[in-house]
Amino acid sequence: MDVELRGLTKRFGPVVANDNVNLHIRAGEVLGLLGENGAGKSTMMNMLSGLYTPDEGEILIDGKPVKFEGPGDGIAAGIGMVHQHFMLVPVMTVAENVVLGVEPTGKFGYLDIKKARRQVEEINEKYRLHVPPDELIEELPVGIQQRVEILKVLFRSADVLILDEPTAVLTPQEVREFFGIVDTLKKAGKAIVFITHKLHEVLEISDRISVLRQGRITGEGDPKTLTESDLAEMMVGRPVSFTTAKGDAKPGRTMLELHDVTMLDENDDKVLDRVSMTVRSGEVVGVAGVQGNGQTELVEAITGLERVASGKIDFDGTDITYARVRERHKMGMAHIPEDRHKSGMVDSFSVAENMVLNNYYAPEYSKGWAIDWPKVHETAAKYCVEFDVRTPSVFLPGGALSGGNQQKMVVARELERQTKLVIASQPTRGVDVGSIEYIHERLIASRDEGDGVLIVSSELDEIMGLSDRIYVMYDGRIVAEFDNTGGKADRNAVGLAMAGSFEGEAA
Amino acid sequence: MTDMTSQATPSPDEKLDSASARRARIMGGVLIALALLVLFGLNVTPGEVATFRLTTPRDAIQVGNLVVPGGPFNMIAAALLAFLGVRQFLRGGAKWTNLSLGIGLAILVMAFLVWATAGKSFSLTGMLQATMVRAVPIALGGLAGVLSERVAVVNIAIEGMLLAGAFTGALIGSLLGGWVGMFAAILVGGGFGMLLAALVVTYRMDQIIAGVVINLFVLGVTSYVSSQVFSEYRHLNNAPTFRAFKIPLLGDIPVIGPMLFNQNLFVYGALILVAISTYYLFHTKNGLRARAVGEHPRAADTLGVDVYRTRYIHVTLGGMVAGFGGAWFTLGSVGRFDENMTNGRGYIGLAAMIFGRWHPVGALSAALIFGFADSIQQKLALLNTPIPSEFLAMAPYIATIIVVAGLIGRSKPPAANGTPYTKE
Repeated sequence: MDVELRGLTKRFGPVVANDNVNLHIRAGEVLGLLGENGAGKSTMMNMLSGLYTPDEGEILIDGKPVKFEGPGDGIAAGIGMVHQHFMLVPVMTVAENVVLGVEPTGKFGYLDIKKARRQVEEINEKYRLHVPPDELIEELPVGIQQRVEILKVLFRSADVLILDEPTAVLTPQEVREFFGIVDTLKKAGKAIVFITHKLHEVLEISDRISVLRQGRITGEGDPKTLTESDLAEMMVGRPVSFTTAKGDAKPGRTMLELHDVTMLDENDDKVLDRVSMTVRSGEVVGVAGVQGNGQTELVEAITGLERVASGKIDFDGTDITYARVRERHKMGMAHIPEDRHKSGMVDSFSVAENMVLNNYYAPEYSKGWAIDWPKVHETAAKYCVEFDVRTPSVFLPGGALSGGNQQKMVVARELERQTKLVIASQPTRGVDVGSIEYIHERLIASRDEGDGVLIVSSELDEIMGLSDRIYVMYDGRIVAEFDNTGGKADRNAVGLAMAGSFEGEAA
Repeated sequence: MTDMTSQATPSPDEKLDSASARRARIMGGVLIALALLVLFGLNVTPGEVATFRLTTPRDAIQVGNLVVPGGPFNMIAAALLAFLGVRQFLRGGAKWTNLSLGIGLAILVMAFLVWATAGKSFSLTGMLQATMVRAVPIALGGLAGVLSERVAVVNIAIEGMLLAGAFTGALIGSLLGGWVGMFAAILVGGGFGMLLAALVVTYRMDQIIAGVVINLFVLGVTSYVSSQVFSEYRHLNNAPTFRAFKIPLLGDIPVIGPMLFNQNLFVYGALILVAISTYYLFHTKNGLRARAVGEHPRAADTLGVDVYRTRYIHVTLGGMVAGFGGAWFTLGSVGRFDENMTNGRGYIGLAAMIFGRWHPVGALSAALIFGFADSIQQKLALLNTPIPSEFLAMAPYIATIIVVAGLIGRSKPPAANGTPYTKE
């Protein structure tokens, strides 16, 4: 099945999300679609799946124009979407999730789950997906959940598969397996659209590449002749440096030390299991690992957001195991949280208010009992300039800024004061390339000023590029430690450790 | 690979400071306190026996009475409670905390009954029969909650729907007969369900506030009519009631027969509705879709399930169930409406839903516990215990607090419960 987009345009109010986009998707081919967050990839794909209707232009399937009016229309026409955030019901089984909406039934609306299971097995067999049909989704690792999503669209006999950032949640090894599945699908004659912002992946798997920037197709080409820097330039609109310039670390005294820290979740399962680590002043320590292996809990333990069950945490020689969040903060701990909307900022508060969330109580911002607002606004404006937060006004709600500027706002708030230890969790998630570069520079600058910097990230490139030392977390434990002075750690070895396969091997 | 070290080393079982261990200790304390209460508070005069009647002379099959020696029984009960409590401390058995507490409460209730009955005789079967009857409105309220919350709409309005059903049942039943009254009650309940759905699904009103508004509205209107109109025109509030009818053979089984097979329409209706809902929610296509809407509405939406429509239908169905439950108060019981006669049963129904983990059978089981507490206070009033009747009247509510706070622990609602769904 061939799908062609001709001159598609979609506007949201004054914003042009897609501007005269032309794209051709062919059967038996992988089309890599590259673009930053907010470049218009999702809008385009939502028009293909029927969620949005284009303002101008048309979609042709095998040469015939089609009109999609609802979310079910795309899949009915054979275009299936695998969303970045899985659309799976965690408390239901694989088979139930797969058949939802097109259930095989018997009398009285009876749900024929046996037949559903058989159908799942058939597809499993055909595309070698190896998905257990009776397992609950919540019990399955993310990599398998993703295959359930693929199975779901195949079950609805899709011929075009749109995969939205499919590798974001996978370990390097899972990415390999995933590419194998993409290959099988391609050989079976499916057309595949692979949406990503990871350059090396798109070069590896695609037959053709299209690059989207600010709603327009800014480049097209053959992966055999293109290089990563070509693609980056098309994507960002200017040459981009991939490596953050930094000198060697000059590690000093121990800033942060964890001794056998264990944390339990509400079911009393260990989410952190005897974690010990150190961060010295003047070095960047990276924590690598696939999401959900205890990194979130590690940061919560260090910053005091959750109570640890046993173990000891020292910060610059002081025991802070049970210290309150504000005490840690006052001692010079900065925290850039992993999810800025959940715990980094208040979307509806102004930029200025967001800038003082961590120290609004300080004497410099108060007039007796009241907050000295003119002072706050003046300081916020100063930090906006200093930290490159691009906003027309400090009175604008924080939620109205772009992802990159929101994150820089959080970074500004955390780093503007005198700090000793910076805990940065997923510091560049959902942030544009320009802001990523800037945030990385600031973190290195903090290191060079003598702070200890701990970076937790599921982007292995980020960890490899910034860290002087790397810990790998798996299943709530530190399973490996690598020296990365001058970038000498073996990327492959780190990747293997992330998948937990070094357990027992290393002594 | 030279610069790699592994930190994964086996270590002895360390003492972990966990929330559940703390809770286990607290519950241990509670159990020991209960043991002391049984030992000193519920001491029976030596030699007195408690006689529990299992059949009445009219029954087809006769079974002898259950005779329990009061003193020894309560000594054993206290010992068992103390054992459970001490065990909580020693083993810190987090896994067993809920079970221990459940068993402990059951022992306490038995000891209490033996103490209250000592030297007298008491119809156990009669109490179980009353338990079933009193569980009906709670079970139906809980079932209405299950239907609504399974599609992620929090339904605080069950109390109002019950009251509206009771009122409609009385009024229409007085004018047009019991059956018409019952169907009218179902329709009115469904109408309020649809209203709630409109408020929270279409207009995205806060679900709690919408529910409270409905409750206050129904309470106000029915109280006004009852005090201003019914007091003048008494024939408007004089409905026929559905009598109990015995199912042949099954109704003659001792103890179980009177409890399950010699009841009125509402008891049978509640049991059948629970069975149908269970089948519907867990074994049909539409049930699967409904649950998906409650857990992950966006996923359901991308697969072509109409989230809004599903919510409307199930909240309305829930309202109809609550309307039927409401009719129990008038048509299934006293035949007349009194101001605020549901008296919080809708809220207890919600507690039953939570305790029953959003499952129809669970809600029914929980309702039976509340029904038991309700009937125990009614029957104990006959036994002349030294406990004031006002205090006994609190039993169902105390049971609610104990069950919800102590026993449930963490029970998991549908993931999207309470959140409105917005299409992109």
